[in-house]
Amino acid sequence: MSTVIPIQTAAATGCQTAPVLVERGQREVFCGLTGIIWLHRKIQDAFFLVVGSRTCAHLIQSAAGVMIFAEPRFGTAIIDERDLAGLADANEELDRVVQQLLARRPDIKLLFLVGSCPSEVIKLDLSRAAERLSRQYLPDVRVLNYSGSGIETTFTQGEDACLASLLPVLPRSQAPAPGAAPAQLLIVGTLADVVEDQMRKLLNDMGIAQVAFFPPRKSRAMPQVGPDTVYLLAQPFLADTARGLDAMGARRLGAPFPLGSEGTTLWLQAAAQAFGVPQARFEQVTAAPRARAEQSLGRHRTALTGKRIFFFPDSQLEIPLARFVQRELGMDLCEVGTPYLHRQQMEPELALLPANTRLSEGQDVEKQLDRCRQDQPDLVVCGLGLANPLEAEGMSTKWAIELVFTPIQGYEQAGDLANLFSRPLARKLKLVA
Amino acid sequence: MQLTLWTYEGPPHIGAMRVATAMTDVHYVMHAPQGDTYADLLFTMIERLPRRPPVTYTTFQARDLGGDTAELFKTAVKDAYDRFAPKAMLVGASCTAELIQDDPGGLALALNLPIPVVALELPAYQRKENWGASETFYHLVRRLAKKSDAASPMDGTRRPRCNILGPSALGFRHRDDVKEIRQLLTRLGVDVAVVAPLSASAADLQSLPDADFNVLLYPEIAQTTAQWLQRQFGQPFTKTVPIGMSATREFVQEVAALAGISVPADIEADAHAVWYARSVDSTYLTAKRVYVFGDATHVIAAARFAQDEMGFEVVGMGTYSREFAREVRDAAKLYGVEALISDDYLAVEAQITQLQPELILGTQMERHIAKRHAIPCAVISAPVHVQDFPARYAPQMGFEGANVLFDTWVHPLMMGLEEHLLGMFREDFEFHDAAGSSHLGGKAAAAQPAQEALAEVTAHGDTAPPTAHSPAVAPAATAAPAVDTKPGIGMWSTDAEKELGKIPFFVRGKARRNTERFASEMGIQNITVETLYDAKAHYSR
Repeated sequence: MSTVIPIQTAAATGCQTAPVLVERGQREVFCGLTGIIWLHRKIQDAFFLVVGSRTCAHLIQSAAGVMIFAEPRFGTAIIDERDLAGLADANEELDRVVQQLLARRPDIKLLFLVGSCPSEVIKLDLSRAAERLSRQYLPDVRVLNYSGSGIETTFTQGEDACLASLLPVLPRSQAPAPGAAPAQLLIVGTLADVVEDQMRKLLNDMGIAQVAFFPPRKSRAMPQVGPDTVYLLAQPFLADTARGLDAMGARRLGAPFPLGSEGTTLWLQAAAQAFGVPQARFEQVTAAPRARAEQSLGRHRTALTGKRIFFFPDSQLEIPLARFVQRELGMDLCEVGTPYLHRQQMEPELALLPANTRLSEGQDVEKQLDRCRQDQPDLVVCGLGLANPLEAEGMSTKWAIELVFTPIQGYEQAGDLANLFSRPLARKLKLVA
Repeated sequence: MQLTLWTYEGPPHIGAMRVATAMTDVHYVMHAPQGDTYADLLFTMIERLPRRPPVTYTTFQARDLGGDTAELFKTAVKDAYDRFAPKAMLVGASCTAELIQDDPGGLALALNLPIPVVALELPAYQRKENWGASETFYHLVRRLAKKSDAASPMDGTRRPRCNILGPSALGFRHRDDVKEIRQLLTRLGVDVAVVAPLSASAADLQSLPDADFNVLLYPEIAQTTAQWLQRQFGQPFTKTVPIGMSATREFVQEVAALAGISVPADIEADAHAVWYARSVDSTYLTAKRVYVFGDATHVIAAARFAQDEMGFEVVGMGTYSREFAREVRDAAKLYGVEALISDDYLAVEAQITQLQPELILGTQMERHIAKRHAIPCAVISAPVHVQDFPARYAPQMGFEGANVLFDTWVHPLMMGLEEHLLGMFREDFEFHDAAGSSHLGGKAAAAQPAQEALAEVTAHGDTAPPTAHSPAVAPAATAAPAVDTKPGIGMWSTDAEKELGKIPFFVRGKARRNTERFASEMGIQNITVETLYDAKAHYSR
């Protein structure tokens, strides 16, 4: 059995060199602060303190309906006119707010000071503040900083900045003996707990014993990293984190992302090859879940084959998702928009896309909407600001943010992922009024 | 700097968006960094508007900051004008753009567009959403309103005519309030000329001065405008916000006086709230202790309805609307309480923890607090949630609004007889207090055991509000007392603690507090069952 499943034999595959429509107009995307919405649930003893304006506080509480959490592990230190006018020393103010926060939440072990547009523009040095506060609160609380500002980060890049800020505090592992196999596999990028458990089991069953996940669920369980480490990106938006890991001597395994049956197989296979797992063993471990994934995809493939899909830029998941829906569900791609195209990391993904795929990077939302209306796709993947207005125009939409918040990676979730695309169409057929 | 977990209001440019989005042909160009477009989803997801807000953002990024952000803004204005062809334009900056000082107003004026362009100065580090809406509406009206020659005097030869001012996009029940008040005015024989900003065009704003008077529904958004129209065009406006029966009656009288008409005898035909409150099954509502928090208009009205028309007792009230602090303070005096004027969620939480009300009338934020303390809660004010835009007709204003208030506030409470039965047979395995009210599916309180909430209240005391994720909640029996007391005084005996557990959960917090205060005042070291009942007698008066 071949490891690449020949679902569709595209006439010409690979759009690594295809032209990309680069646009620089209004971008209808979130800023990096939005990553806090899932990061604060992932790292259970961490708190995210945004140093910003009322807009920042309003964004986070509005963006994902997180008002459901009675008290979240995030908050905002709102800069006011006294801070701006220099009447108050911003650093003293920040120290006071941090003290107030930590007194309220003694369970917090890791505090992120998160920079915002206003804090960047007034050049508030949060890295020095974090150092100062760490000196004060360690060993109880470590204080780190990163920027989630919209002028520097787009949506999921906030996670990249957060993870990159953690790298300097990771324990270093030893250099391996020359010629030895890598000592551990690091999986990088936030995954749902259930997905982590499944991946760990598959990898363990192949004989890869040392598997660590980053970010960890608890801040005191940081993985070791060093020249004996190989890593796999679980998410496509971690360019800075990857660069940092490379600098620490870890080696990246290039692979498509673990979306869909094919993506998951290729992703796992990259790990299997690095650890010298025999092909037979790999087949034996993955055959059953792969068959289940195939089976669960079938129903959705029937509904989606030949349907046309348009991706607005949102999370940088667009290219891997486009590869999945095109190759495993038989959908036709109208346009695949991404906020940022990192060619090197996307190389294995681009190689699997049809050669004539219309890729766009950045956004000019009005022009993109014009193209979308022109294309009249069967399904539009877009942000929350655009979804209902497009529905009102008669299109079917899928909120892109749901693709970030739902467990979609791995074999067992392949059907769930497909369902996210088929449900809007099924719903439209169901509703008669 | 202020530590904020939740914010009651957005920044002032959100208020400007609420005005622009409410209107039909106004476009707002905002100088703002990437990410500020999140505000669109407030309208498309929370309010479920089927169209995008008429807002263009420059969405500048770091690389633009080194270049010419002013040019970026001018291009955005020009493109927006060409594409959307609005009849009037608003231009301004969000919080970050305010810091880079590009002067959006000056840049837009330099383009010499053939439409009115209103430059907004909305200081994001001082002001907030409602102020921003008020300021935006005021400047638009100032710029556009003109008395036409066609305006005829109110001389009895035609029906009196009024405008309705204040309803906006993303408002708490504004859509339904407008419908209700419009119906009420029509029945009174008054024509509605313009509703603004909701569903108004730029031309409508121009004709505002042609009406005989204004009906001011939401002072937070339109009082400044109504006052200006009065000064400028001698147009009077209504002062009573018609929320609740008494207020609606006053409002009707006010309108009748302004319009020079008499009130039809059957105007209250569909008002049921008065009789429902008088009917005997409502007896159990008597003197329920309520806490009221929200914007000024809704808080003042809700407190009045609660105390005078439901027979509740207002034990605390407050607002985040600093602009209307005086009005709320004055209203609070009517009920013998001091108003809390604060936009600090933690301060509101601390006050609720201390007061232990039996019902909270608040915002979505107070719902969190209520959930944590297992206190029933009804939402009376923005900030809004998707649930606050019901599909059905559910106004807050007018006679139907009073009906809605009655239903909405009674729903979360335990019904009278159910309350008695629970009190009498406390150990019933099925119908115990943690099971919650049967009419709410019996699951309401089970989600958060009352005992835990109670223990938190006690453990944290008055100064430090409890946290949802406290790693270890101190057992109630060993917890520090909730009221200020000398050390060693007011320790609970095991028997007294057990007896306290027999008191229904919705009054247990109050009983604990009273007992501890009693013990503290009397210098009692060890709280026994006797102390518990002595305190009950002492406070029952």
